[in-house]
Formats: sequence, C-alpha cells, structure tokens
Amino acid sequence: MTVFVIRRFLQSIAVLLVTAIIVFIGIYAIGDPIEMLISPDASPAERAQVITSLGLDKPLWQQFLTFAWNALHGDLGRSFVFNRPSISLIFERLPATLELTLTGLVFALVLGIPLGLLSGLKPNSATDEAIMTGSIFGFSLPSFWQGMMLIMIFSVWLGWLPSTGRGQMGEFLGIRSSLFTLDGLAHLILPAINLSLFKLSLVIRLTRTGVRETMPLDFVKFARAKGLSEKRIVFVHVFKNILVPLITVVGLELGSMLAFAVVTETIFAWPGIGKLLIDSIMRLDRPVVVAYLLVIVSLFIFINFVVDVLYSLVDPRVRLGDAQ
Amino acid sequence: MNARVSSFRDDTLFGRLVMGIAESPKAVIAAIVCIILLFAAIVGPYLTPQDPFDLAVLDILDSKLPPGSESMDGLIYRLGTDGQGRDMFSAMIYGLRTSLGVGVFSGLVALVVGTVLGLIAAYFGGRIDALIMRIVDLMLGFPTILVALMLLALLGQGLWKVIFALILVQWATFARAVRSAALVEKNKDYVEAAVTLGISTPRILIGHLLPNCLPPLIVIGTLQVAHAISAEATLSFLGIGLPITEPSLGLLIANGYQLLMSGEYWISVYPGLLLLVLVFSINIVGDRLREVLNPRLGER
Repeated sequence: MTVFVIRRFLQSIAVLLVTAIIVFIGIYAIGDPIEMLISPDASPAERAQVITSLGLDKPLWQQFLTFAWNALHGDLGRSFVFNRPSISLIFERLPATLELTLTGLVFALVLGIPLGLLSGLKPNSATDEAIMTGSIFGFSLPSFWQGMMLIMIFSVWLGWLPSTGRGQMGEFLGIRSSLFTLDGLAHLILPAINLSLFKLSLVIRLTRTGVRETMPLDFVKFARAKGLSEKRIVFVHVFKNILVPLITVVGLELGSMLAFAVVTETIFAWPGIGKLLIDSIMRLDRPVVVAYLLVIVSLFIFINFVVDVLYSLVDPRVRLGDAQ
Repeated sequence: MNARVSSFRDDTLFGRLVMGIAESPKAVIAAIVCIILLFAAIVGPYLTPQDPFDLAVLDILDSKLPPGSESMDGLIYRLGTDGQGRDMFSAMIYGLRTSLGVGVFSGLVALVVGTVLGLIAAYFGGRIDALIMRIVDLMLGFPTILVALMLLALLGQGLWKVIFALILVQWATFARAVRSAALVEKNKDYVEAAVTLGISTPRILIGHLLPNCLPPLIVIGTLQVAHAISAEATLSFLGIGLPITEPSLGLLIANGYQLLMSGEYWISVYPGLLLLVLVFSINIVGDRLREVLNPRLGER
C-alpha cells in the first residue's frame, strides 16, 4: 500500500512538472515573455527592473529554475489590472467556483442515479430507451447554449430566478457561501443546473452499466433464493456494488467540472476563477492566466491522486495490477 | 441470422454498418439529418438568399428584425436578422460550414495521427509502446476543455490554432483504441503468416492490421467529430476560439448572448438549435454504430 501511494505520488509530481514546463514553454519560448509579463504601459525603467528580477536576461534553463522556484513559493507574478499577486486573486475566487461545482455535482448524482437505476433494471424497455436517448441529448446539448436557454426561460420570460451574480452570502460555521441565504440559493440554482446537466448523462450511463453488470451475478441470485425483497436487493446489495466505480469516475470528473465551470461562470457572471480566467484573457492580464492554469492543474492532479488512493483502498486489485 | 434475406451482405463491414443503422428507426432519422446538414454545408452559398459577409448587401437598418420580417428590397428574413442586419438563415448556413469543416478536418487528422501512433505502439511494443502510451495517458488524464483552454490561453485565438488544439486533444483517444484492437489482432495467425511471407512491416501494418482495427475507429471517429464541433463552439463562445472573421455557430450564438436579455431571442436560439441538431444526430448515429460493431466499447 505504501509503495503504491509513493509511486502514485511521484507520478503526480512528474505530471505537475511536465505541465509546468509546458506552461513555461508557452510563455517563454513561444511568446515573448517581456511582452507577456510586463504591463504594456510600464516605463522603460520599470521594464528593466522586471527583466532583471525575473531573470529574463539569463539562459532559458535558468529562467525555468527561477520560474519554478517562484511558483513553489506561491509567487506567480502580479496582475497588471489589479496590481496584486495573481495567486491571491485566484484563491479569493476559488470558493465561489467550488461552491458551484459541488452543488452541480450533487444535482447530477441526485438526478442521475435514480434515472440510471430505472433504466438499468428494465433494459430495452420503453423507459430505458427514453432515458438513454435523453442522455445522448444531454451530452449533445452545448453547455453554453443550454445555459442561455435557462436564462431566457427562467429569467427573461418567466422572471422566476436571477440570471447573474452570486447573490447574498450567509455565514455558517465560519464558511461564507451563497448556500446559506435564500437570495444566494436563488442565484445558485440556474448555474448549478447548467453545470450538472453536463455530467448528468455520464452518471446515468455509469449507473445503468453498473446495474446491468451486477444483476446477473451469483450473489444477487443467492439473495433472491434467500427470499430478500427485490427492493432490498437493489437498494442495499446491488447499489453498494455500483457505488464504487461511480464514486471513482465522479471523483475524476470533478476536475473536468472545475474546468467546465469556466463556461457556466461566463454565462451567469458567477464571480469564480473561470470568469476571472476569461476576463484576464480578454484584458491580456497574463500573470493571472498563468496562475489559473497552474492552480487548476495542481488541483486536478491532487484530485486524481486522492481518487486513485481511495480506489485502491476499496478495491485492492487496482494496486496489485499496478505493481505487475 | 441464417434465415435473413437482405440485399446487403452482413459479412462486409459496410454491410454491417448499413444494416445496423437500418434496423433502428431513430438512427435512420439521425443519419438522414446528418446527410442533409452535410449537403447544406457543402452547397451552402447556393442555398442562402444572401451572402452574410458581403457588406454591400447588408443594411444596418435591417438589424435585429424578428423572424418573418421583410427587407426593403423584398427579401423575407425567415429566421430574422442579427445585430448587423444579416439574414440569420444565411449566417447559420455559413456558420454550419465552418463548424462542420473544423470538426471533420480536426477529427480526420487526429484519426490519422492517432492510428499511426497506435499501430506503431502495438506492433513494436517495448519502449516505443511505453513512451507513446505514457503520453496518451497524460493527454487523456486531462479534460479536453482544460487542455484546449490552456493552449488557446497561451497561443491566442485563430482558425489554425483551434484546429491544432482540437487535434491535440483528440489523437490520444484514437491511439488508445487502435492500439488495443491491434494488440488482439497482432497475435493472430494471419499476421504471422504475413511476416513469414516476407511482407514489409509498413505493408503488414496498413494492409493487414489496420483493416481489422477499423470498427472501433469508425465508432470513435463519429463520436469525436461531434465532440470536436461542440468543443469548437464552446471555445468560440468564450471568445478564445475562432476569430470574428470565421464565424462558426458558436460565434453566432455568442453574438446573440447580449441581445437575449432584451428579448431578441432568435439571434441565439436558432443557431443553437442547429448546433444541437447537428451534434445530437451525429451522436445518435455514433451510438448506434457502437451497438452494432462492438457493444462493449467503453461507455461514455
């Protein structure tokens, strides 16, 4: 087990290093770092000062070491627009994004698992056909357009829900979040639905496959022979078995939802890191872009690492297979 | 099976595909829609009442007209006009051309690159295999949209940059599928026979291994084109994809975004519907092909 964790950890570090190198090459080798990292309206003296402090007059490999060293110390440059360290801008907005992503994930699970069960328990029935076609529809629906249609229907036409911003925030157990006020919740509903529809189809399909693979197994037959009710068999015994792959994949998909939040946040003007990224790209505020990329990649790699370790705890075959 | 009489032979790949689609009414409709849209994209300029990029025919007074309005010179805007007074129908057909073109082209290039690398990895094994598969794992470890965002955030927008990003995020899927299909085929007798006969390695790879790896490639290829079209639309909507001079469906929708709040719904609704119909039909066909060719080929 320890060997497995250490190996996975080293792999994660390697991936992070590779990404850092790619981002570095993106700024320093392909583009012009002086133009990218120094504000266009900086005076010549300021330019010279930044060039020496960033070591832009040194060879490339030394520049990379400086870049990596600064990054490890949490220094990813200062935002041109806000004139503040870009990393603190990111961390300030991260809670809003996490709140949105987690709520979206809960929506996807709460809706997706029952639909998947319904479809998997009666394969090839009309219900199954409808749910499966619906799920293809779900992943064909362009996420950004779907969000706009939500705004059009629920905000513009019906006027039921607000379309932009995060609303009022409440405080509970020291955490400030939109989840704790009615106004905040009203603001959260549409963006969360928008983000969850993107993963809903996946949850439905995974649950359905899981059910279809588990139902013919011997332990289900045995449970039936023992006289357990069908309800108990499905909701206790089968459910336990499909939960393992479901949790793993959903854990991994959390990372892609964080990335996809960029789209949702842009449409609903949700003040998270995704909107910050797009705004920064538009304003050519490159230090913030670089900080976003490194933070989101680290977060993503961290999630993958945790999911891998958890999975290996639940299913020992994973780490045995890896050792061979 | 033995009793079935049909004009298509079940033992050819093409025959299986056609029969498979014909057996599902849903897939037939989707396939017909795909063909119509492809046709509309190809003959686009002959179908549209207006060239949406010819500034001479545009009239700013005609901007934001609702569907069914008539222009000064008698042209009826069946789907309304956008903020610049362009006929929405014409703009959508041109957008469809761009979207389909980018999606199909990047999908095909990714297919070729992925197939070549996948075959090489499977056939030679050892270090080459390990190296290629490590890169594949790295690529597939990240969500498509994140890699594309990273790339375009660093490179800036542009038609070829978007195509490059789409190829980069797609080739690994093909490489993995081809490799696993080729690994199974590689150990079959016919490959050994070909080697014994002294046939050159490239010929074995392309002439003998590849045809037997086609089924998963066709399925993934179809689904990836849908994926690429929707990824391009998303990137263009965010303003980091195609530039304003190459308006795809995504950009048309983005143009309508601000106007949505003031009730000019048609500018974003119709291109969105077209995009949805396009991606949905391709996905339905792809899903059906998967059921026909290989029911267990990875669920999405």
